[in-house]
Amino acid sequence: MSEDATLARLRWQCRRGMAELDALLLNFVDRHYPELDAGRLRDLERLLKTPDPMLLEYLMGRMVPADPALAALARQIREAM
Amino acid sequence: MNKPEYRRFDTLVIGAGGGGLRAALQLARAEANVAVVSKVFPTRSHTVAAQGGINAALGNVRPDNWHWHMYDTVKGSDYLGDQDAIEYMCRSAAHLVYELEHAGVPFSRLENGKIYQRPFGGQSMNFGGEQAARTCAAADRTGHAMLHTLYQQNIRAKTHFFDEYFAIDLLRDEEGFILGAVVLDIETGEPLVIEAKTTLIATGGAGQLFRTNTNAHINTGDGLAMALRAGLPLQDMEFFQFHPTGIAGKGMLITEGARGEGGYLVNKDGERFMERYAPHAKDLASRDVVSRAIATEVREGRGCGPNGDYVLLKLDHLGEEVLKKRLPGILDLIRTFLHIDPAKEPVPVFPTAHYTMGGIPTNRHGQVVAPVEQGEEVIPGLYAAGECACVSVHGANRLGGNSLLDIVVFGRAAGNHIIEYLRENRYHRPLPPDAVDRPLARLARWDRKGEGESVAGLRAELQATMEEYCGVFRTQSVLDEGVAKILELERRLDDVRLQDHSRIFNTARIEALELENLVALAVATVVSAQARTESRGAHSRIDYPERDDVHWLKHTLFFREDRRLEYKPVTLKPLSVESFPPKERVY
Repeated sequence: MSEDATLARLRWQCRRGMAELDALLLNFVDRHYPELDAGRLRDLERLLKTPDPMLLEYLMGRMVPADPALAALARQIREAM
Repeated sequence: MNKPEYRRFDTLVIGAGGGGLRAALQLARAEANVAVVSKVFPTRSHTVAAQGGINAALGNVRPDNWHWHMYDTVKGSDYLGDQDAIEYMCRSAAHLVYELEHAGVPFSRLENGKIYQRPFGGQSMNFGGEQAARTCAAADRTGHAMLHTLYQQNIRAKTHFFDEYFAIDLLRDEEGFILGAVVLDIETGEPLVIEAKTTLIATGGAGQLFRTNTNAHINTGDGLAMALRAGLPLQDMEFFQFHPTGIAGKGMLITEGARGEGGYLVNKDGERFMERYAPHAKDLASRDVVSRAIATEVREGRGCGPNGDYVLLKLDHLGEEVLKKRLPGILDLIRTFLHIDPAKEPVPVFPTAHYTMGGIPTNRHGQVVAPVEQGEEVIPGLYAAGECACVSVHGANRLGGNSLLDIVVFGRAAGNHIIEYLRENRYHRPLPPDAVDRPLARLARWDRKGEGESVAGLRAELQATMEEYCGVFRTQSVLDEGVAKILELERRLDDVRLQDHSRIFNTARIEALELENLVALAVATVVSAQARTESRGAHSRIDYPERDDVHWLKHTLFFREDRRLEYKPVTLKPLSVESFPPKERVY
């Protein structure tokens, strides 16, 4: 898959059932995608597998993912908003 | 473009929210061969955002009765709801909530083990008496719990899911039977023809019509626009529910709780303007009154900010401690999305679009109906359920807790009727050779190359125009201007070009197809609103402030061809009880 298609696929995974998640995730991907290395991209893909209500708790900082890499990423997404 | 692949199913369900999945489950359990097409992974459908709960007169907390629920729903609809469908919904509610419970939805409990029920606005005992407690909730995740449970049950029942497929258009033969749809595999960019004996549209609402809205990005009304393009009417599109306090320019909802705890609204002069519009209730006046007041302040030049396009919600006087204790969710929301501290600064707010009351006209079996010379006829093979449908149980205004109920009641009803239809229609009707031409041409249009307008640019203009000319502030001249502007945008749609013509995961093309859908729905909404010279429920006209039952106790039907409007009577006769005749709606 080309880099453009990878980004498009990632952006589509950021389309969620809640307006708040759309805003947080798309903002992050649009601003920070070029800086994400392969490891960070894999973290993001893992984080995006979280069900919507839990993901909202993570990104609003009300809960923290047990995995430290995902916890750091969730904080970064929130701070990028 | 390669020659498309063809697949055949008994039923095609377009949309994987609660309505679509409830219908699919009914069908899969009856051993029908069901395909569900969803543009996003099913559990990311907008049903997941419904936090409030689902209404059913279980009577677990206070005495209750389905007939009282029916009364509240008819009154809440400002008498535009069809009373046969409302009776059917309210009578089915208890059974369906127990069924969800048995399927695994973890409803919150009372100490005695029964399902907990919370009071919600618009609920009463004894036909307008004291506050009822009718809303069953799984904490604040009712929609998610329902969606997740229905998805798991569908997997078990072997429903076939096409995840990340986008529906282009319906297939129809000369006798008017709907025979499935052409869909697009987003990953490969290739079209797929899904032939089906029956098709259910369950694609949700169209909150993305407005700049400020509470809806997920996916809510672009795709199924409603498909119905329009198939020559079918849309009903009551002028009725769109707004919440008064969304975060300005972003739309996220700040609940009434903020004003309930003592927050109040001010304009650019620092004036507490609600005192002028509602001297007694002030900031706690009903949603439509507060929304209209905010829009009026902005239109009359008393808005705040560099563009004067919002008002301010003051919470700082409540103090950090009260805010932390009573409104923690709102604090998080405002800090995250506005980077301001509501304990120190006021919050920019504007009315935010929330729920599409109008939609594809159906009867209470979920069958899509269209007018004929005498009365109406069903469109064979086509069904609709949920927010995209107009059955009509919400009429001019939806009550909290009734949307999750609507999707399971009419998702199931449609499933049941489809099972009957499949019994009588055992074979696929032949697909006319040219049936796929129109959907494929719609797709091919986006291969046009060259310079042109951008999808994002036109979409932003469309949303801003709808907000300004067809939002909560409606008069004849505003709507006339709105119609002209929206038609001009419709014309400009032809000038829009994509720069990326690749196939694999070309989401720009999907966004272009969504824009086409939104433009078609904007025309339907503004033309329907322009014609209705009364105020009823969510459609509120400054120049016609009263409800007019003599002329307007009827449903609007908008047709795409010539932008024609027709009207049909409201069903005032319930199934088994006496009618609730229209009377003044006072709370």
